[in-house]
Amino acid sequence: MSNVPDTTTKVKFIDDFTKLDTAGIQWVINPWDELSLTRALELKDDPSSGIQTVTVAHVGLISAEPTIRKALAIGADDAIRINAEPADAYFVAAQLANVLKSEPYDLILCGIESSDFNGSTVGGMLAEFLEYPSVSSVSSVKIENGQIIITREIDGGKEIVTVPTPVVAIVQKGIAKEPRIAAMRGIMMARTKPLKVVEPVAVEPLTEVQRYEMPKPRAVCKFVDPENPKQLIELLQNEAKII
Amino acid sequence: MSVLIFVENWDGKFKKLSFELVSYGAKLAEMLKTEIVVLSVGKVENTELEKLGKYGAVRIISAVNDKINVFDGQAYSAIIAGFAALEDAKIVLLSNNTTGKAIAPRLSVKLKAGLGSGVSKLPLSTSPFTVFKKVYSGNAFSNLIIKSDVKILTLAQNSSEVIETENKGVVTTVPIEWNPETVKTRVNEVQKQTGKILLTDAEIVVSGGRGMKSADNWGPMVELAELLGAATACSRPVSDEGWRPHEEHTGQTGKIIAPNLYIAIGISGATQHLAGVSSSKYIVAINTDKDAPIFAAAQYGIIGDASKVLPKLVEAVKDIKGK
Repeated sequence: MSNVPDTTTKVKFIDDFTKLDTAGIQWVINPWDELSLTRALELKDDPSSGIQTVTVAHVGLISAEPTIRKALAIGADDAIRINAEPADAYFVAAQLANVLKSEPYDLILCGIESSDFNGSTVGGMLAEFLEYPSVSSVSSVKIENGQIIITREIDGGKEIVTVPTPVVAIVQKGIAKEPRIAAMRGIMMARTKPLKVVEPVAVEPLTEVQRYEMPKPRAVCKFVDPENPKQLIELLQNEAKII
Repeated sequence: MSVLIFVENWDGKFKKLSFELVSYGAKLAEMLKTEIVVLSVGKVENTELEKLGKYGAVRIISAVNDKINVFDGQAYSAIIAGFAALEDAKIVLLSNNTTGKAIAPRLSVKLKAGLGSGVSKLPLSTSPFTVFKKVYSGNAFSNLIIKSDVKILTLAQNSSEVIETENKGVVTTVPIEWNPETVKTRVNEVQKQTGKILLTDAEIVVSGGRGMKSADNWGPMVELAELLGAATACSRPVSDEGWRPHEEHTGQTGKIIAPNLYIAIGISGATQHLAGVSSSKYIVAINTDKDAPIFAAAQYGIIGDASKVLPKLVEAVKDIKGK
C-alpha cells in the first residue's frame, strides 16, 4: 500500500518546484489500496476462502507508520514496512519483491494506481520481479473451492478468468463497495499487532522527478443564458469547433 | 536503434488510439533521428495492418500464432521484450489503456527500462530524456527523467493528434511461439456490451450528477448523447445510488477520460470528480449553483436546473443538426 496525501489536498511545491510541500497534509491509505484491503478482509471473513492472514506491505520511512497502523486498525493482521524513501516505482517494486521472495503469499492485491504519482506500475512490476502471473483492471476477486476467480474489465465488457496462485491482482473500481472503517476495538488492537521493519536492498531507481508544474488555469468560464441554450451549441460549433 | 510501438487490435481491427500511437511514435522517432517499427500480436489482415503505414509506420511486424486466444500480461510482455531486443529498440511505446497498463510495467522490469506512464506530449528533452506526465490526479504535472538506456512510454488516450502521411508501410509476418500450457490466464466467460460508444474512446461525453435528482430523469440526457454521438457518464454519487451503471462512473476512482468535449450536468465538480475528467479539451457545465467548482474547470457554463435546461438543449441540437 501507498501512503498518499488526502485526495482533497491542494498540492503545493517548495524548493523551486522540486519537492512537495508536506506542511498541513493529511496522509491516508491510497484509495485503491484501501479497497484492496477491504476486499482481502471480506475474503478472510469467509472461512471457506482458506485465507488465514492478511498482511499489508509498504515501502517508506517511519513517518508512514500512522497510515500503516490505520490499515492494522481496519483489520490487517500484520504489516511489513521496508525502511526506505520510495525513490520510484521500479525501486518500490524491487523492494517488495525482495521481501515477498522469501515470504510467499498466495494472493497479492495492488491498487491500480497511487493517487500521487498515478503511475499504474508497481503491481505489474512486482509480478514480473517475482515471475508471477498478473491480472490487471480487476473489478472482482472471489475464491471458490480454493480457486481464485477474477473479473477483469476489458474494452466494452468484462472477462471472468482463473489464474493459478501465486498471483498478483491489480484492482480498480468494483473490487469493494466502501472502504472498511476502523472501529474503536480495531484501533486499540492495532497498537499491538506486529509491524515488521525490514531494511532495503540496493536498487538503482530508473526514473527521477526533475521538477513539478502546476496546471495552467483554464480560460474563464463563459456563461450562456439558461433560457437560450442554443447559444451554447453555437459556441461549441463555431468558437470551440468541436461538434 | 529504433522506436518499437505495440499496437493492440480489437477482433482484428485497429482504432483511433492505434493511429494516435503510431503518429506520436513517428514524431518521437523524428526527434531521436531513428525509425519506427510497429508490432502487432495476433491475427490481423494485411489490409488492416497496412493502414498503420499511413501514419508513419515504416515496418510493421505481424506476430502470429493460431493458438493465441487470451490476453495474458506475462506472455505478451515476453513477446514484446523479444522483439524489443531483436530490433534494438531504445524506446518501446504502448497506449496507456488497460492493455498497455497491464504490459508496460512487466516490460519495464524485463528490459530494465524506466517507464514514463500516461505521457501526454512529446518528451521535453532527449538528453536527459525528460517526459511530461500528470501527477496528483491532475492537480499537478511532473517533468520525469528516465535514466535507463532503454525507455518505455505509455501514451495517454486522445492526447495526441492523428497525422496522415504519404508513407507506406511494409508488413512482415513473423510466426511466434505460444504455448497454451504455460499461459496462466484462462478465460471462463466473456460479457460484452454491444452497440454502445465506449466511454474511454468517446470524443464527446455527456455526464450527469446528483443534480439529475433521480434515476427517472435521464431520458433527455441520453437523447442529447445520442444526438451528439456521445457516450454517457455519471459522477460517483449517481452510480453509488444505482441511478446509472458503475461502468459509467468517471472520476478519480472510476474511469479517467480525456474526451474533446465533456458536458457535466448537475455535477458540482469535487476534486475527485475533476481528477477523472480534467484532461478533457473542453468542459461545459450546467449547474444551479453559480459557485460550484465545476465552473472553474469549465470553458462554457449555464447556471440553471438540469430538468429545465436539458430539454431546451436537446431541441437546440435537433434544430442545428436538422439544418
